[in-house]
Amino acid sequence: MSLIATLSRLEAVRSGRAQPAATVRHRHLSERPLVLVPLITAGEAGAPLGALVGTDRDAPRLLVVPQPRDRDLRFAFLAELADIVLPYVDAYGDVVEAAERSETDPETGKRVKVEVDLCTDAPQLILPSRTGIDFVRLLGRSMRFRRTAEQEPEAPHPAPPRVPLLGRWLTHFGERARVPGSSLLLALTDLLTRHWATGQSSVEDQHLGALLAWIDPPEGETGDAAARRAELARDADGQLLCPPAGPATDPAFDNKLLAPAIERYDRARAALAAAEDGLEADDRLGDLTAAEREIRALVESRTRPTWDAVWHGLDLLRKLPEGARVADRWTRDRWSFTGHRDRVVAGEPPQPRRDDAVTAANKLATREREQARLDAQEALDDPLVMAGRRLAGEAFAGEVTDVVMAYSESKRPSPRPLVTVRTDDRPHLGERTKVYRSLGGKPQAAEFVGYDGPEGGDLLVLRIVDKMGRGKEPEEGSVPEKGDPVCFTLFEHDQRGGAKLPDPEETPWTHGGPPGDPEAVPLPEQPDPPTEEDLL
Amino acid sequence: MPPPRTRGTALRHRLAELRGPEVPPKALDARALAALAANPGCRRRALLDGAGVNKTALASALGSPSAFGMSQFAFMRGNAFEARVKADGGAELLRLVHEKLAPSAEPPAAAAVPDLAAIGPEGRAARTALALREASESGGWALLDHPMLALDVAGSPAFLEPDAVVVHPDGTWTVVEIKSFPMLDGSADPAKVGAAARQSAVYVLALEEVAARLDPAPEVRHRVLLVCPKDFTNLPTAAAVDVRKQRAVTRRQLTRLTRIEEIADALPEGTCFAPDLPREQLTAAVESLPATYAPECLAACELAFHCRTRSREEGAVTSLGRSLRAELGGLTTADDVLAAAHGTAGDPEDPAVAALRRAAELRAEALGAAARREGGPCH
Repeated sequence: MSLIATLSRLEAVRSGRAQPAATVRHRHLSERPLVLVPLITAGEAGAPLGALVGTDRDAPRLLVVPQPRDRDLRFAFLAELADIVLPYVDAYGDVVEAAERSETDPETGKRVKVEVDLCTDAPQLILPSRTGIDFVRLLGRSMRFRRTAEQEPEAPHPAPPRVPLLGRWLTHFGERARVPGSSLLLALTDLLTRHWATGQSSVEDQHLGALLAWIDPPEGETGDAAARRAELARDADGQLLCPPAGPATDPAFDNKLLAPAIERYDRARAALAAAEDGLEADDRLGDLTAAEREIRALVESRTRPTWDAVWHGLDLLRKLPEGARVADRWTRDRWSFTGHRDRVVAGEPPQPRRDDAVTAANKLATREREQARLDAQEALDDPLVMAGRRLAGEAFAGEVTDVVMAYSESKRPSPRPLVTVRTDDRPHLGERTKVYRSLGGKPQAAEFVGYDGPEGGDLLVLRIVDKMGRGKEPEEGSVPEKGDPVCFTLFEHDQRGGAKLPDPEETPWTHGGPPGDPEAVPLPEQPDPPTEEDLL
Repeated sequence: MPPPRTRGTALRHRLAELRGPEVPPKALDARALAALAANPGCRRRALLDGAGVNKTALASALGSPSAFGMSQFAFMRGNAFEARVKADGGAELLRLVHEKLAPSAEPPAAAAVPDLAAIGPEGRAARTALALREASESGGWALLDHPMLALDVAGSPAFLEPDAVVVHPDGTWTVVEIKSFPMLDGSADPAKVGAAARQSAVYVLALEEVAARLDPAPEVRHRVLLVCPKDFTNLPTAAAVDVRKQRAVTRRQLTRLTRIEEIADALPEGTCFAPDLPREQLTAAVESLPATYAPECLAACELAFHCRTRSREEGAVTSLGRSLRAELGGLTTADDVLAAAHGTAGDPEDPAVAALRRAAELRAEALGAAARREGGPCH
């Protein structure tokens, strides 16, 4: 944690209210996000118990698995979920704009521009917490290798149609969420902790109710007291007033309320199966429906508070103005979404269980590059983030005190003006260290020449080296003037790709060798073998 | 005639006094022993655990009940899975041990499954030690289902019950830990695997004590077998987990635990932690034991909420996270840090104070700029 973040937390402790950790919003928020509040059954590797899902904050859809161990009921749940999520995703896949992408021409081997479709917008999934994102990945993994009756008429326990497709989409969302700065799938707790510093630890910040209590405490209450109430307060029945945001439930809820309700449901179902005539069956069907309704009410009572909290958190985030470079990162999310849409349409197989070496290396390279991009862009968009970089000696801000025109010593001399900046910051500068400032959204580079005055003093001399046009005189506005406030960074603003990876055909044997080698090609992904007791 | 009071019995007597009259000691299980390693500097935890105080009851009596509990669904599923793994004389379990740990040994066609039933934990531990010796000498495979092991913790024995111990034909012993979290495509949740490894390391230590009493002493393998459900099924799969590091850490903590004698000696006369005492008296007793609270305690200690309240009241910066301490130098309370940052206290020559002031200036400047941009309070 940077010292500024530490101070913000301590200020939050003193004021009893969360303090800003950002002055702009650093993540894209969709006009119409899909919110998903899932619950799972304890101990059952992610067997869903129910969920609230939807895009309308006033009308969430409630999905419930009254007996989480029953395969048919779980499949019914997943099919319903697919019927909500897939139309939402598909709606974004249909609206496209023309865009250019450079590809390697297979015949000439040259990079050429090709015109392709780019979806004008992309779907956005919001989960309450980080464990919710893990659950999305788990759901994706559990569904994408299932086979439907259409694919394999002989296999037992076929999955409902569209369930494997939902699995592929959730897998894609889950993988994309690992890319720093991406916004296709977000956890609300991550979003809130990025923008506010509370007076509690980051461990406690994982509790959505406590986090919101610090950021927006109820009238007349401190964040500390409200957070403690959210964490611990129980009703006369021993149930938490603010249920955990899931997907795990509170053990007291499981043992006192849920387990008896599921037992009643099981009994009603057994009684219905044993009914001997129609009249009796009608009666017992009534019991079963009542038992199911009871479980639905229980699941809703544990998910609705979280559902409302998620929308409340989104409201708070929307009050922050969007950072200038957020749209650029969202465009990358749109590319990612369009790419997966194309793979699905092209009939490619589901994502493999394990990535091959080339894919894994590419993914890692992407994440590293995007992390560097995110760090740079957040600093440029937000003076509070830049303050942290300045404190760390990675940037400096100040006022121009002098500009001396100078020229390069080539045949056609170009302008190389010397700019003196007075700053209170202490950047880590060495001779000819490159520094950058943002000029109309583009980076302008300069070199550090030396100190005007004592070594390590507050007057820095820089030589501007580019973005001044082609003429002998620099273009209007391309060189700072005396009295201008400026902010230079020691890090680059745009991320260049690292060393290029070898072409797939050149993959060394240490990394599995080139694809095409029959040993290295993974077999088409096999479905998970169904067993009597499998979970999802 | 009472036996002569040695150091060990004196300590036991003292700990019983601390626990309170008529309060039976709460047995330390492997999980609690492993958790000791998480915060070894905490004297409060060391003494209360060492004395066998029931911290759950104590926390409730202090008015800050702990939030630990187990869902009956998780419990049922765990039991069902373990029964499945051990079904059929442990055939599947032995197959996994053979495949993952000793593929060159003869396949376990017939394994001995000795009966370990006996009266009381001491009896079961003695029975287990005997069965282990016999199995090692027999030169075949043997499966010990829920053996009982005794480990000396700060002068009093703790009884531990691993899920299973397997004796190999070469006479070596393997700890088996059965967990119900899934192993998905060959990998499992690292946090849960780590917890299982720490727990298994305690069993390895206890087995090594048993082994040391035999001649020749059999080897206790430092690779334990973790058995989990495979993917989304209920079929068992397993992986060998190297617990050398966890074993070394736990052993070090356990030897340090002997300190509890010193901690106990430092307590005022008449201190007692019996949960039926009045709250003020209990609070004072607990306060006389220094604690080192950090947010990680919330996941591991029943008293965490009590300690957190105290830590926050004192304004300790570690209540916001241990890492904070590193950059704040000698400043340990929120008031000190803020006073130093705002220039009302602290020596500006101190690098920590200077950095704080600079951070406060930069923060104020950035927030001021943002407020002006929005036409906020500055206009």
